Amino acid sequence: MTEPIVQVSPIWAILAPIAVLLFALAAAALNGALVAQSAGRPFRSGASAPLGQVARLLRQRRQVTVAADVLLWRIGAGGLVVVTFLKILVIPLGPWTLADLGVGVVWFNTMDVMIWALFWLIGWGANSAHALVGGYRFLSLAVSYELPLMFALIAPAVAAQSLRVGDVVAAQHDLWFVIWMPVAFVIFCGSVIAFSSWGPFATGAGRDIAGGFLVDVSGVDRLLILTGRYAVLTAGAAFAVPLFLGGGGGPLLPDWLWTIVKTALVLAAFVAIRHRVPTIRPDRFAEVAWIIVLPAALLQVLVVALIAVGG
Amino acid sequence: MTLEAVLLVAAALFCVGLYGALSQQVVVMVMMGLELMLNGVILAAGAFWWFRAPAPDGQVLLLIVIAAMTVEMAMGFAVATLLHRSRGSDMTDSATDLSG
Amino acid sequence: MLVDILFWGLAVVAVASGVTVFVVDSMARATYALAVSFIAVGIMLVMVGLEYIGIITILMMVMEMAIMAVYMVMYMGMNPALLPMDMTHSKRWSAVLATGTFVLLAAGILLIPWPARVGAPAVDLVTSLGEAIMGPKMLAMLTISPVLFATIIAGLVIANPRGRYDRWGDNLKRGTPNDPIRGGLGR
Repeated sequence: MTEPIVQVSPIWAILAPIAVLLFALAAAALNGALVAQSAGRPFRSGASAPLGQVARLLRQRRQVTVAADVLLWRIGAGGLVVVTFLKILVIPLGPWTLADLGVGVVWFNTMDVMIWALFWLIGWGANSAHALVGGYRFLSLAVSYELPLMFALIAPAVAAQSLRVGDVVAAQHDLWFVIWMPVAFVIFCGSVIAFSSWGPFATGAGRDIAGGFLVDVSGVDRLLILTGRYAVLTAGAAFAVPLFLGGGGGPLLPDWLWTIVKTALVLAAFVAIRHRVPTIRPDRFAEVAWIIVLPAALLQVLVVALIAVGG
Repeated sequence: MTLEAVLLVAAALFCVGLYGALSQQVVVMVMMGLELMLNGVILAAGAFWWFRAPAPDGQVLLLIVIAAMTVEMAMGFAVATLLHRSRGSDMTDSATDLSG
Repeated sequence: MLVDILFWGLAVVAVASGVTVFVVDSMARATYALAVSFIAVGIMLVMVGLEYIGIITILMMVMEMAIMAVYMVMYMGMNPALLPMDMTHSKRWSAVLATGTFVLLAAGILLIPWPARVGAPAVDLVTSLGEAIMGPKMLAMLTISPVLFATIIAGLVIANPRGRYDRWGDNLKRGTPNDPIRGGLGR
């Protein structure tokens, strides 16, 4: 039985970024291990790849491009991690949350819209054609996934009849939302992968445009962007837990441990999808998103609303 | 934070936007000016809502203003696209067919 | 006291970034200066108690600015050298008019005897807003919906360079489209 969500004192806000960064490191390690496995090397040898990357990037000198828009470039590069830290303010760890906002679900949505601006700024700042193309590709993908994501976020809020994350968790005490709103769950997971520019939705950083918005970033900026991608993926996976997977509910273990276990499982699934699904083209995806995914999301919200009003 | 203070800020935003909308030559910059004017209107509406009449009707008005701003932006950019495609120019001065 | 400091700081940020929009030479900076102005106004709305609407304003405006940046760069060029450019007309008259309007509005704001506050905000603002929109203010929804729909259709029709013949070829009554640019569903 889950306990009601309470807001803890702001002193604990120091732990939250550390936890997210540890999860991001674990996700990067899993990705490195899967890459090693697909290259034929043993699984564990790739797990230390992110640590080597961190060390290399911290020491690397920054690459300078001609007439780069340095102010916007640095804002874009550093902004991903800042947005993640703002996002996790509303995500509860078991019964504790840092900010018990009355509009927590909308706060999460607002923070991931900031990512639109950040990826475009990263692409713009380098004053490089391939980088700008990468930024534009991300925006074209973002326009496609944003409306389905908004409806997928509304569905649990309608079922709980509140925008507060604590109420959404409390409304799942007898049946998790993932069971009777699976379409919303799938759309939410796809959108998290999309706004992290990860896996099948990573055309913005694609190899066919020499790395897209990652082409000219180097040194600390590159470390911040790569960390930011994993961190945003973690924040999205962590938010799926109170929204669809019952928060901290479960037998035997305490609430906060269940939250961590569920977040880890969802995050591992997200990382593994990259090695299973090919990259999706944004222009082809637009038709799929507007003709199939958006009506499916609307139907899902209709079904949820009928059940919430009637049942 | 009194009503007069918030309204002064809203009036300042409105007038900066008015300056931009009147003085800029490029269509998209005129639209940025219009955005700033609506920004001022939204802030003023919020101030009136809180300090004078905190009823749900004021919030509905705010939603309508935000929707109107979005609609105006969409149509403005569509017209700017068409203007650029047919005239090859993005200046308001080259779109004065209906004046005079 | 802290609230006042925060409010005046946000006010300065909002107006200064509004002025910055028309001063900078780089289109990306102008767009994101406007985004900063909107974020400041959104936070001010949260401070007057409009939590939901303030956060929604920030959400929609940042989204809009990200898309607007694409259009700004498209129409006004990259200007990566950040050369100074001044694309204005009748600058003096606009400044006079804008200053005059501000003086008029400020005089009105400071001199009008505003009435006292009536009523108190509802306990759950979002619920009361939803009930107002679905109940007594249903006319607002009924008007906005077709307006938004008409905007989508009209915007696409105006801005889309391709027409029926580009999609269907010469025979408009074909079963399947003969489109060189195919979508993701094979249509």
